[in-house]
Amino acid sequence: MLDVKNLSLSFRMYDGAFRRRDLKVIANLNVSVREGEILAVAGSSGSGKSLLAHAILGVLPKNAILEGEMLWFGKPLDAALQKKLRGHQLALVPQSVTYLDPLMRVGRQISKEKETVKELFGRYHLQDEVARRFPHELSGGMTRRILISAALAGEPKVVIADEPTPGLSPHLAEHAMKHFREIADSGSAVLLITHDIDLAVRFADRIAVFYAGTTVETANASDFADESLLRHPYSRALWRAMPQNGFSPTDGTQPYAGSLPAGCLYAPRCAMRTPECVSAPPEPRDIRGGEVSCLYAT
Amino acid sequence: MLLEAKNLVFGYERGKNTLDGVSLAIEAGERVALVGPSGCGKSTLARILAGQLRPASGAATLDGKPLPLRGFCPVQLIYQHPEKAINPRWKLGKTLTEAWSPGDEFLSELGIEKAWLGRYPAELSGGELQRFCIARALAPQTRFIIADEISTMLDVITQAQIWELLLRVADERGLGLLAITHSRALAERVCARVAEFGDLR
Repeated sequence: MLDVKNLSLSFRMYDGAFRRRDLKVIANLNVSVREGEILAVAGSSGSGKSLLAHAILGVLPKNAILEGEMLWFGKPLDAALQKKLRGHQLALVPQSVTYLDPLMRVGRQISKEKETVKELFGRYHLQDEVARRFPHELSGGMTRRILISAALAGEPKVVIADEPTPGLSPHLAEHAMKHFREIADSGSAVLLITHDIDLAVRFADRIAVFYAGTTVETANASDFADESLLRHPYSRALWRAMPQNGFSPTDGTQPYAGSLPAGCLYAPRCAMRTPECVSAPPEPRDIRGGEVSCLYAT
Repeated sequence: MLLEAKNLVFGYERGKNTLDGVSLAIEAGERVALVGPSGCGKSTLARILAGQLRPASGAATLDGKPLPLRGFCPVQLIYQHPEKAINPRWKLGKTLTEAWSPGDEFLSELGIEKAWLGRYPAELSGGELQRFCIARALAPQTRFIIADEISTMLDVITQAQIWELLLRVADERGLGLLAITHSRALAERVCARVAEFGDLR
């Protein structure tokens, strides 16, 4: 339905008046989301997950340079097509709660049709009077539900949900996920950007693991049941850092855009690192029904 | 040291109280997790405990005395959304040194890169911004930390790193901690006591 192949994204920056440099933030990114599926995108903060969403929607800032291919049902997803689909067949649930207009009552921001607003509010257990409130009068959890309702008002084919659940109680987060599941089961596709691996494991079909602007592994959601089923050392490190699996942090931080290593981006923190890892980036390979970019994945 | 909320009553609208007789006590060195449904008033309680909101009745006290109205408050609140807790027009170096000047070693332990100090908030990710909010709150005069969903926007490795650091500083300095979270697993991992919001009457 939606394929992203070998995507690279740079920002053109200026040091002083004349020196120009391109800051690469996404490199060799591969993601495809199929009909009827929830694909979760998990990974480190600042690994380019939201930028991917903004690239697909065509709402990147002007100094962004995109390379690679994006396909919508096999057709190139260019600016004209993005403009046509955006808000209707292609919808975004944004990450930041600052995406709402602070000067507009929230009901109007979801839809001009009062009936639609009423129906969506009913679905998300929001009282009708909430529609008359301004964004600053809402709790964090209410704002999340408003953002989800606003995206679903247009009955989209592909929903990109950028961290839709933080701040929601487990009950409401589950409720929102069940709706994404329903949307997927009715034949649409959901690209779910999330940190909440627990929720992803329970509701998504596949999980793509991002690190420093690239995909290191795409696994079946069920592979996250146990560390040994995962393929990439970074996916395993994520697993071990979960509160219920040891809460043990791996040292270091992901490399900063602009000072990326030449070889595997995870090599500086990897315990399995060898000289080959540092010389060239590993090619993606298929292993045990998943895709992984690591020379030593098993 | 004892941070105490007694019979707090607070409402944003007339006739509708968000907090209705809420009481809670945290001792120095104690770690308490607070859980409860969305919109029940957890963040409101956090803001009153940090002296940022005045209750309609009842009181939040530190060792029996009201929280200071001016100057540095020894109860520091770290917010859920760092992008809303940082001045968007200040470079991050200025935000970081608002209350105190953290040393280089402290910054590198928190994973704050030197280059970020010259940047504006819009140029960093939410997880990166949250590290600034945490560093800013951990001034030497701080006695209690209220962490309102501080790691929900972070990946699990960064979450574990940040909690490891926060808990270590809290242990070294004997700080009290109130952690508001929706994650049971996290609450049980970082706190000795888990309080249900509904039971705080």
